[in-house]
Amino acid sequence: MNDFIPAFDWTRVVIDPWAAQFESSFWIVLMGFLATAACGLIGNYLILRRMALVGDAISHSVLPGLAVAFLFSGSLQIGAMFAGAIVAGVLTTLLIELIHTKSRVKTDAAIGITFCSLFAIGVILINVFAGKIHLDTECVLYGEISYVPLESSVKWLGGAIELGPRPVVTMALVFLAVIALIVVFYKELLVCSFDPTLAASLGFSPKVFHYGLMVVLSVVVVSAFESVGAILVIAMLILPGATAQLLSPRLPVVMVLSVLAAALSSLLGYHLGVWMRCSIAGAMVVAAAALFLLVWIFSPEQGLLQRWRRARRVDDGGESRIEENNGYSS
Amino acid sequence: MKEGELESVPALETHDLSVAYHKKPVLYGVDLTIPKGQLVGIVGPNGAGKSTLIKAVMGLLPLRSGWVEVFGQPFKKTKTRVGYVPQRESVDWDFPVNVMDVVMMGRYGKLGLFRRPKKKDRDIARECLDKVKMLPFANRQISNLSGGQQQRVFLARALAQESDLYLMDEPFAGVDAATEAAIIELLKELKERGKTILVVHHDLTTAREYFDSMVLLNMRVVAFGPTEQVFTVEQLQKTYGGRLTLLSDVAGETERQLSGE
Repeated sequence: MNDFIPAFDWTRVVIDPWAAQFESSFWIVLMGFLATAACGLIGNYLILRRMALVGDAISHSVLPGLAVAFLFSGSLQIGAMFAGAIVAGVLTTLLIELIHTKSRVKTDAAIGITFCSLFAIGVILINVFAGKIHLDTECVLYGEISYVPLESSVKWLGGAIELGPRPVVTMALVFLAVIALIVVFYKELLVCSFDPTLAASLGFSPKVFHYGLMVVLSVVVVSAFESVGAILVIAMLILPGATAQLLSPRLPVVMVLSVLAAALSSLLGYHLGVWMRCSIAGAMVVAAAALFLLVWIFSPEQGLLQRWRRARRVDDGGESRIEENNGYSS
Repeated sequence: MKEGELESVPALETHDLSVAYHKKPVLYGVDLTIPKGQLVGIVGPNGAGKSTLIKAVMGLLPLRSGWVEVFGQPFKKTKTRVGYVPQRESVDWDFPVNVMDVVMMGRYGKLGLFRRPKKKDRDIARECLDKVKMLPFANRQISNLSGGQQQRVFLARALAQESDLYLMDEPFAGVDAATEAAIIELLKELKERGKTILVVHHDLTTAREYFDSMVLLNMRVVAFGPTEQVFTVEQLQKTYGGRLTLLSDVAGETERQLSGE
C-alpha cells in the first residue's frame, strides 16, 4: 500500500465499527440504507419512465424551496422543509413542461434550463440572507452522514421510548410511506408508466400520477438530502434500480432487489468510508456503483459475460437465443 | 349490449370534431355516425389524422370544436365500454412485466382505483390469452416476443376490457401473415357478438376484404359508408391526392373486382 490508500486493517475497518462504535455505526448504516432504499424505489419509476434527468433536476431545485421555507419559518422544522421541497418539486415539473410545450425547446434542454436556474436562485438566496438562513451550502451539496448519530434523539411517550436520531426517524417514516404508496397504487403506477394512453382511456390520469410521483420524489430527496447531499442523491435515485433491473424482468422482484442493493451499498460503503477515511456518503455511492458494475458483468440473463458467451455459441452454430425467440410464429 | 339501451343508439357519433396541434389543424369537421355491430376501417394517407381521431374520441386530446358521444353519452360516462389497442411501437417492450401483467391491465378500468385484481380477473385474462393463442406465453417476459406475438398480447388486453366498442390503431402493422389472419378472424367473431370495432388500417389491398364499411380520412372525412360504395378509385384519389400514383393500381384492381366478379 502507498501513502494514499490507508492499509487495510481488519480490526479498524471491520471489527471496531461494530464493537467500539456500535451505536454510531448502526445509525449511519441505517440512515444510508433508508435513504438509498427510498430513493431507489422511487428511482425505479424514474428509470422506467425515462425520467432519470428529472430526478437530477428536482434534487437540485429543492434548494431554493428549502431557502424560502427557512425564510418564512425561521427554522428548518420538518413541516416547513417538506412544504418547501414539495412546492419546489411541483414548480420544477410545471416549468419544465411549460418551457417544453410553449416553445421549441426540447424536454432535456428544458430540464437543464429549469433546474440550474432554480438551483442558482437558491444559492443567491442563501448568500443574501446568510444571517437568516442557516443552511450550509457545503452540507446541502455533499451531506454529512457521519453527523447523523449526533442529532437530537426523537423521544416517544414522554421520553419513555427513545426512537433514534431525528433524521433517521424522518427517513424511516418516509421510506415506509413510499412502500405504502407503491403497494396501494401499484397497478395505477404500472399502467401509467407502461402505457399512458391506455391509462388515460381507462380513466387513470397519467398527469395526476406524474405530479404525485414528483411530490413523493421531492419529499424523498429532501429527507435524504441532509445525510447524502444533493449530488449523491441523484446516484441513489438511479443506481439501485438500474442494478435491480439488470437482474430481474419482473417489477415486484426488481423492487425487492433494489432495496437489497440499497442495504448492501450502505453497509459496504460504510466500511469503505472507514477504511479510506473519506466521506461516508461518497463511499456508499461508490459501493452502489461497484454493485452495478458486478451485476452488469455477471448478471445471469443480461450480463456482459452471458452476452459474450451467447454470441460465441451462435458463432459456433449452436442453439441460439434468436431461434428460441422466433420459434413461435404461427 | 347494455340492457335498456335503444338498438338505434349509435356506438359512436361525432359532430363537427376538430383537433389542432400547436394551432395547426389535424382534423376538422368530422361527422361520423357508426351504428352498433359494425367492423369499420379507417383508411387514409400518413398524417391524415387517423390515430388522432381515435385519441380524440377517447378524450385524450383537447377538441377545438365539436363533440363525441359513445353509446349516446359522453366518453367519460361510457369509458368502461370502450377497449383500446394502441400502436405497438407506442410502448417500451423492455418494460419489466410479463405477458400476463400486460393483459391484466385490461381489467384495471373495470376495477377502478385501489381495488386489486381478483381471481375472476385472472381467469378472464387467461381466457383472452387463449383466444389469441398466447396462453402458453403467459409468463414470458414481453421483450422476448416477436412483433406478431406482441400484437396478440395487445389484442388480448383489449379483449380483457370486455368492451362494446373497440378502437384499434394499426393492429395489422408489422405482423406475420398467420397473426393477421388470426386477428381478422377474431374481429369478425367480435362483430358477430354485436361489438363495434373501429380499425385504423394502412393496407389498401386487404382493406376491402376486411371491412363492412369504411371511413376515408384525410384531415376531414372524404367518404364514409359501406365499403362497396366508398372504396372506389375516385374516392381513393380524393383521399390520397397526388400520392396515389402507386396506389392507383391497387384501386384499379379493386374496381375490376367490384364490377367484374
